Amino acid sequence: MSLDLSRFHQTFFEESFEGLDTMESALLRLDPASVEAETINTIFRAAHSIKGGGGTFGFTAVSAFTHLLETLLDQMRSGSRPVTAELVDLLLRSVDAVRELLNAARDGRPANLDLIAGHQLALEQALAGKPVAASSTGGPATEPPPAAARGWRIRFVPQPGLFRSGNDPLRILRELAGLGSLSAEAQLPEALSLADTQPEDSHVSWNLELLSSASEATVREAFAWVEDECELQISPLLAADTRPALTLIQGGKAETPPPAASAAPKARAGSERRSAGEGTGSIRVPTDKIDVLINLVGELVITQAMLAQTGANLDPVVNERLLTALAQLDRNTRALQESVMGIRMLPMDFVFSRFPRLVHDLAGKLGKKVRLETVGADTELDKSVIEKIADPLTHLVRNALDHGIETAAERLAAGKPEEGVITLRASHRGGSIVIEISDDGRGLSRDRILAKARSQGLDAPDSLADAEVYQLIFAPGFSTAEVVTDVSGRGVGMDVVKKNILALNGQVDLGSRPGQGTQVTIRLPLTLAILDGMSVAVGEEVFIVPLAAVVESLQAHPEDVKTIGHSARVVRVRNEMVPLMALHDLVGLPAATENDRNLCILIESDGRKLALGVDDLLGQQQVVVKNLESNYRRVPNMSGATILGDGRVALILDAGELVRRLQPAVAA
Amino acid sequence: MNPPVFDSHNAAIAQAGGNPSEAAVREYLTFTLGAEEYGVDILKVQEIRGYDAVTRIPDAPDFIKGVINLRGTIVPVVDMRLKFKLGRAEYNEFTVMIILNIARRVVGMVVDGVSDVMQLTAEQIRPAPEFGSAINTRYITGLGTLDSRMLILVDIEKLMSGSDMALMDAHAQSLQ
Repeated sequence: MSLDLSRFHQTFFEESFEGLDTMESALLRLDPASVEAETINTIFRAAHSIKGGGGTFGFTAVSAFTHLLETLLDQMRSGSRPVTAELVDLLLRSVDAVRELLNAARDGRPANLDLIAGHQLALEQALAGKPVAASSTGGPATEPPPAAARGWRIRFVPQPGLFRSGNDPLRILRELAGLGSLSAEAQLPEALSLADTQPEDSHVSWNLELLSSASEATVREAFAWVEDECELQISPLLAADTRPALTLIQGGKAETPPPAASAAPKARAGSERRSAGEGTGSIRVPTDKIDVLINLVGELVITQAMLAQTGANLDPVVNERLLTALAQLDRNTRALQESVMGIRMLPMDFVFSRFPRLVHDLAGKLGKKVRLETVGADTELDKSVIEKIADPLTHLVRNALDHGIETAAERLAAGKPEEGVITLRASHRGGSIVIEISDDGRGLSRDRILAKARSQGLDAPDSLADAEVYQLIFAPGFSTAEVVTDVSGRGVGMDVVKKNILALNGQVDLGSRPGQGTQVTIRLPLTLAILDGMSVAVGEEVFIVPLAAVVESLQAHPEDVKTIGHSARVVRVRNEMVPLMALHDLVGLPAATENDRNLCILIESDGRKLALGVDDLLGQQQVVVKNLESNYRRVPNMSGATILGDGRVALILDAGELVRRLQPAVAA
Repeated sequence: MNPPVFDSHNAAIAQAGGNPSEAAVREYLTFTLGAEEYGVDILKVQEIRGYDAVTRIPDAPDFIKGVINLRGTIVPVVDMRLKFKLGRAEYNEFTVMIILNIARRVVGMVVDGVSDVMQLTAEQIRPAPEFGSAINTRYITGLGTLDSRMLILVDIEKLMSGSDMALMDAHAQSLQ
């Protein structure tokens, strides 16, 4: 039983964290100048579900806190509380508090109570200290005029026969709720025995409080159809009403509702449920189930390749039908593989969505005005790649904010708009995805980079091209920030960013124009599970070279191959001397039968080139990357293995490691 | 007189793969390396198959023959004859691989031949004496005796995950 409960807990946490993310992104979208009702509705719904779930599963701290949040949101939603930047900030901080509470509840540890209490106090103050009704005592100019803050107190006692004339009091209440913030208190006659009641009769009466700028006539109009069938008293609700706002709110959200519970909240709950059901159809599947599926499809692809290879040797006339079926299988397998890989694909929005908050907070901290623009957030990328790219991207965005964008004063002085812009752009190009992080800030300073590089003891002659100067930023321990801030500039960073991206078989490039901004371009493969490779033969063995690393394959003229000392060799490729290593030496295989074909594959990684001598080029193919570590261990110079069409295992070369490992040996 | 009934009961348990209440009887898969006969816990054995297309791995010790494709999984293959320096490591159509499932990993082990499955009771297992040999005695759990045969019982899990087998990365070992 307890096992069952904990399983529900897991779902509750997952959904709640998702809800918090939704709230966060919606809050950031919320513009005090032009409030969109749907945005507030979104936030309210998320808060409401968390509160409900928290209550159901007994996380009372969560539900109590969210209740305050929800109350505040409800007032914003009904328009009785103006949306201000301060309020949005408060709500954002509250989202953090709820997250902390949820984290604590999930991990079974006590929550950071000081933090929570602080937020709770702030919320309560916002609710009680600045009740909407009191705002007329002198708020900011953006708030509605005093007359608008008034409301109406309504006593509505329908006659028992109300229903028979086809009227529905709930409809009236809904209409009133549409005018502003309505709190309703339903009452049953004190002396009512069940035996006397007629199902068709109406026994309930209401005390209503409507916070609205609507005129009395408008309010009366809501009761136009039932005027003759009820007792109706409407009196103005004064700004300095003696009832504190908090109790008023609790009336509307009564924890123990009277039998015919307040109509308005009920109606709302109904509409929430509807809109939640209208969401895009999706199911939650654990990733390991998908991984199993992907593995199976990988197997199928290999089996299919084996069949195709066998089929190629058959007589096409005799085996026509079999061969047609094989071609069909080929197509279907490919389609299946693509769709299955598609399951793992997530939109870039998955990462991008965390940045508005980051930029909002950081810009505030740094006192800069920054707008974040994202383009191509729906570009899809393999989940594993997305997870690994998130941190480098975060770092780059921080850098752009901290170092790239100038302060408002500097920008104005430079004749630029006060507000800086950071753009995140994702797009597909061929088999890879390109992510750009650009800012319109001050750009990289060539002189400062050079000076800094020299002070760090790096070799940086003046003759370096701009692109090479920018590459210096990726050197370990490099930071050009004059002041080390707590945002960035600790000197750990760009080298790690580059390392992470290279580890994903990606590339990173930097472009910059002084005074106009900096642009970092990251190019990544769409997936780590499949790799475009060139298969090469060394003796009996087959190796796969990642196509991304291959510059060209060539047959070197014997006179272009020179030896340096005893063992090192170089090959001249269009006036460039590139170190040449025989692959069989590298992988510790005996030298193959001597041939003088001098076949080389030129690979490049990290800006350095290396020529690999191979015995034969077999072709290009897509391979399913298999992990060597799962049953064995890491193998030097290899990034993994794959299974060839004939069922044999082939190792995949790690171009980056090959180049890195060889460099000192060749230089020595 | 109960003994016969009791005996058959015992055998039934042993055939069922060992019962916790009768831990005294255990089953061992026996194989030969050169002239010696070894036994490993049958529960660690996943399957037995022939020796075929092994892809060599650079910079690996000589007893690691390489990796094979076992239905889509990349599995390393160890030649125990080379590891224990026993017999000549010949590869022909009779060469056999025992596929072991150890510590959630799969490893192939090349041996000269697989003999049979033996049931041994605790009384049939003698402690291993100290002796100098290529096989470290800490991997030998005991010597099994059955009629005139002597069986070297190996703690295959400990052996395969040991650092001298070079089958795992250091961090994977620390997880064991």
